[in-house]
Order: sequence, then C-alpha cells, then structure tokens
Amino acid sequence: MIISVASGKGGTGKTTVATNLAASVGGKVLLMDCDVEEPNAHLFLNPVFESTRTVTTPVPEIDEEKCTRCGKCAEICQFRALVVLGQTVLSFENLCHSCGGCEMVCPVKAIRWKERGLGTIRKGRRNGLEFVDGQLRIGEAMSPPLIREVRAQTAAEGLTIIDAPPGTSCPVIAAMKGADFVLLVTEPTPFGLHDLKLALGAVRMLGIPCGLVINRSDIGYGKVKEYAREESLPVLMEIPFDRGIAEAYSRGELLSENMPGWKEKFMELYRRIDSLVKREKSS
Amino acid sequence: MKELVVISGKGGTGKTSLTAAFASLAKGMVLCDADVDAADLHLLMAPEIIERHDFQGGHKAIINPEKCLRCGLCRDLCRWSAIDEDFIVSHLDCEGCGVCVYFCPEEAIDFPLSTCGEWFISRTRFGPMVHARLGIAEENSGRLVTVVRQQAAKLAEEQKLDLILTDGPPGIGCPVIASIGTASAVLIVVEPTLSGKHDMMRVAELAGQFRIPAMVCVNKSDLNPDETGAIEDLARGKGIEVLPGVPFDPVFTKAMVQGQTLLEYDPRSESALRVSRIWERIAERLQINQA
Repeated sequence: MIISVASGKGGTGKTTVATNLAASVGGKVLLMDCDVEEPNAHLFLNPVFESTRTVTTPVPEIDEEKCTRCGKCAEICQFRALVVLGQTVLSFENLCHSCGGCEMVCPVKAIRWKERGLGTIRKGRRNGLEFVDGQLRIGEAMSPPLIREVRAQTAAEGLTIIDAPPGTSCPVIAAMKGADFVLLVTEPTPFGLHDLKLALGAVRMLGIPCGLVINRSDIGYGKVKEYAREESLPVLMEIPFDRGIAEAYSRGELLSENMPGWKEKFMELYRRIDSLVKREKSS
Repeated sequence: MKELVVISGKGGTGKTSLTAAFASLAKGMVLCDADVDAADLHLLMAPEIIERHDFQGGHKAIINPEKCLRCGLCRDLCRWSAIDEDFIVSHLDCEGCGVCVYFCPEEAIDFPLSTCGEWFISRTRFGPMVHARLGIAEENSGRLVTVVRQQAAKLAEEQKLDLILTDGPPGIGCPVIASIGTASAVLIVVEPTLSGKHDMMRVAELAGQFRIPAMVCVNKSDLNPDETGAIEDLARGKGIEVLPGVPFDPVFTKAMVQGQTLLEYDPRSESALRVSRIWERIAERLQINQA
C-alpha cells in the first residue's frame, strides 16, 4: 500500500505525520521523502545512509562540425532551450525538458547528449525502517523528474509512506499519483482551509481516497471541520497545539518515541487508513 | 524601483503573515503574490479585482480520433507515457513538448494553447496588488510567477511607486527561481527548528547563486532559542544580515482569522512593535523613502 501525505499549505505538519506514522506502524515500511526541494524527513529519522547516487537528465549539445544551422531543432523545441543565433545554435540546457524532439528532427545527426544533474537520491535504513529521499540540486528548477525517480524506488510489497511537497502543482501530482490513499494535513486557519480546498481538488482529480489530519487543532477556527463534514472528508486524527510538541519538533524528535501515547495514536491512524483503503477496494 | 521578495525554503514559517504586516507599514507600494500555487495573501488583502486575464502556460496535445490511424508512432516517441492504448492523451502527463504533433503522419494531433490559470490586477486598502491562481495540478508555475512580477513592475512604473513587496513561494525550485531573479533583496523567514535551519541554508545558497542580497528573520524565535542562535550565526557566517526575531505569538493567527494584518488587529502588541522595527530596518537597507 502507498500512502501519500500532502497538504497544499506548507508547514502544516506533513513531515511530522509521515515520519511518526512510518516509525509507529511496524512491519515492512519504506518512508519516501518526495519533498525534494526541501527534504526534512531524514532530520527526524536519522537513517544510516547506505547509498547516494546522482540523478541526471539528458540535454542536447550541438556538434558544430555537423550542424547546418537549419533551425529545425529550435523550431520543435517548445521550451526555448535551443536558439539559432547567426552562425551558431545555442543550447540553454536549464530549460530543456529532455523530450528528444531536437534529435529526432535533426537531419544531419548533429545532436549529442550530455547529462544535467537534477539532484541525488539517498537510501538508508533505521532499525527496520527503510528510507529513501531525493535532494534537488540547488539552482535546478525542475523537480518532477527527480520526484518520479524517487517514486521508482517504491517497494513491491509492504507499506510505502510518501512525504509530499507543499502546493498543488506538478511536483505534488508527481508525489501523489498512483497512491492508494492521500492523507491531507492542515491547520484550522483561513490559510489552511483555503489551501486544503486546493489540495482536495487535486486529490479528487486523481480519484484517490483521502482523509484529513488537523494539526494545531485547537488554534484557529472551526471552519476546517465544517468543511471536512460538508465534503465527507473523514478527520482521522487531531494534534492539539502543545508547546512541548512544537519544541520536540524543533529539535528533530519523533513524537512517537519521545512523548507518551503518540505511538499508539499513529498506529490507530494507520488502522483507520487501512480500513478505508480496504473498504474502497471492495466497493 | 525596489523589490523585496519574502521567501523561506520551508513552508509555513510565516511569509504571508509578515508580508501582510509589512503591507500595513509600507508606503507607496505594489503588492505582488508570487506564490501562485497556493496563494494566500488575498485572504488578508481582500482585493477588489479590476482586471482579470487568462494565463496560457503552454500547449497540450489532443489526438483527433477521426484522423488517427492508431499507428502507434506517437506512443513510441512520447517520453512521458502520456498516450494510452486508446490513443487518448492524459492532460496531467502531457509535457507539451509537441514531438507527437510534429511526427504524426496523419497530422491527427492538435496542439492548442492551454489555459492553466488566471492573473489579476486588484485594488486593496494598502495599494494595488497583482496576484494569480494557477489551475489545480497545472504546470508552468514559474512562467506565471514571471508574468505576475512583470505586471507588478509595470504597475509600479505607471503609478510611480517605488516599492514592490512580493510574497514568494516555498521551496527552491522553478517558482522560487522565477520569484527571486532581479529582486533588490530577499527576506528569508525561518522558524527555529532543525527543518527550518536546513531549508534556510538551501534557499540562502540559491539566493547566493543569483547574487541577490539576503536578510534573515527568525519567526517564533523563542520556541527554540538554541536553534535561533544557530540559525543567526549561520546566516551571519554567509554574510546575510540578521534582523530582529519575532517571538511565538497567537496574535498572528487571531489576526488571520479576522482577515486582518497584525498591525490592524493589534497595533500595540509586542509583535507589532517588533515587526515595525524590522520594517524600518528593511526600508533603510533597501534605501526606500518611507517618511
């Protein structure tokens, strides 16, 4: 089963929920940090890393000797990564999406490929828990290809928990697509509610069953719960604001290991998700 | 004309609440919401929309079933596996590269511009505002950020306003890169946590790559004074100016629930005074006249 933890608004507690859930469930569990722009899950799990590898994407390089400056490559490129300028073809490799169109249209085979680094993927483990994350190279704009590469590490069996990036655009879709369940995390504030609506729209577009965790549930207002009721979005867990929790978080500590009662609460959260997923599959 | 862009790396550190508070204090300013993916500034600014424009980010392939002979060439060429066995292009997966369109022997694939969001010019009680709404699950947020910032600059020029105050997106990827290029300075709002510190370092390095001067402000600074100290030391070590911190204060959430800025909700609060001092320092640093 794949559970993706997402939110719309940043800083609502995705990583808290994803890491504590992963550390509480037991059995064969993989935690996958897909917030590749700002991955934080490793700070809470402190896994022992076993491997690190660089992920690259192919980008074109022009063989000036063969190139006839016909301009076909610049014409097909939708991303303005290739531009004919006088007697030369410029390759703006940061803009390239690696579609391969330029090579396909080039009549004289003047396109060679080199690699642009997207970031790194690290794998490790912590006790019985398996861990993988992606780290976008600083300065790299495109995160979805790296996220897809992280997703490719999904285990064939057992439970995979994904820590998704904030927002509702393409990186979030890359982190939710194909999941069996999306756990949305929000806070009961106007910003939290507004962004929850956007996130729920994205989840519904993908047709994935989902539930809600309300973090800092006693600060703010009651409209998030009202909204959840209207939308038949089950509230699966509430985490009250507690200075102790906030301080433990600030030190990178897991609630499930440092505050009594929370491991059981996260196990209960998993049981509720599991039964919702089973009900969905049988219907 | 000066532009301050408020960023954070990590989400939820207080970018929008602080930007809104600055809007209460700043004079002669255009507001700009560059967090087009999950825009929230409008919830405090109650903008009255004056102009509304479609945003067309790129093209999307659509196969015309009447012309398609199901030869399968498009499926072989597509690097995104966006075309299914029934020769229907998934809008979500189509990258808009146009390779299938170009090579289809039957010219059976249309490639219309796709509207993937809207942008607005609005009036607010603090001045004009440019903001946007990217469609759910859409791409090209970076391009929409660029449009919003260009429009804000145009508006500032037309109305002879000296300052653009931009609420930026979280992260370090495409929308952030589009938000900070050419800015006069960035303000990085950090929370005093391990995550906040880790993410601040990454976004500070990004600002450094673009040679944009940066300032740092630790929000909820009393939550972990050790981390606050560590973050401020790291920032100074990178030549980043450290502004006074803002202690954890539920007044920010209370103001938000009322749809107000901190300075409107409780101008006498300790936090409001702090934020005013921070703004004075930013104005001094940007050399903008706020008299």
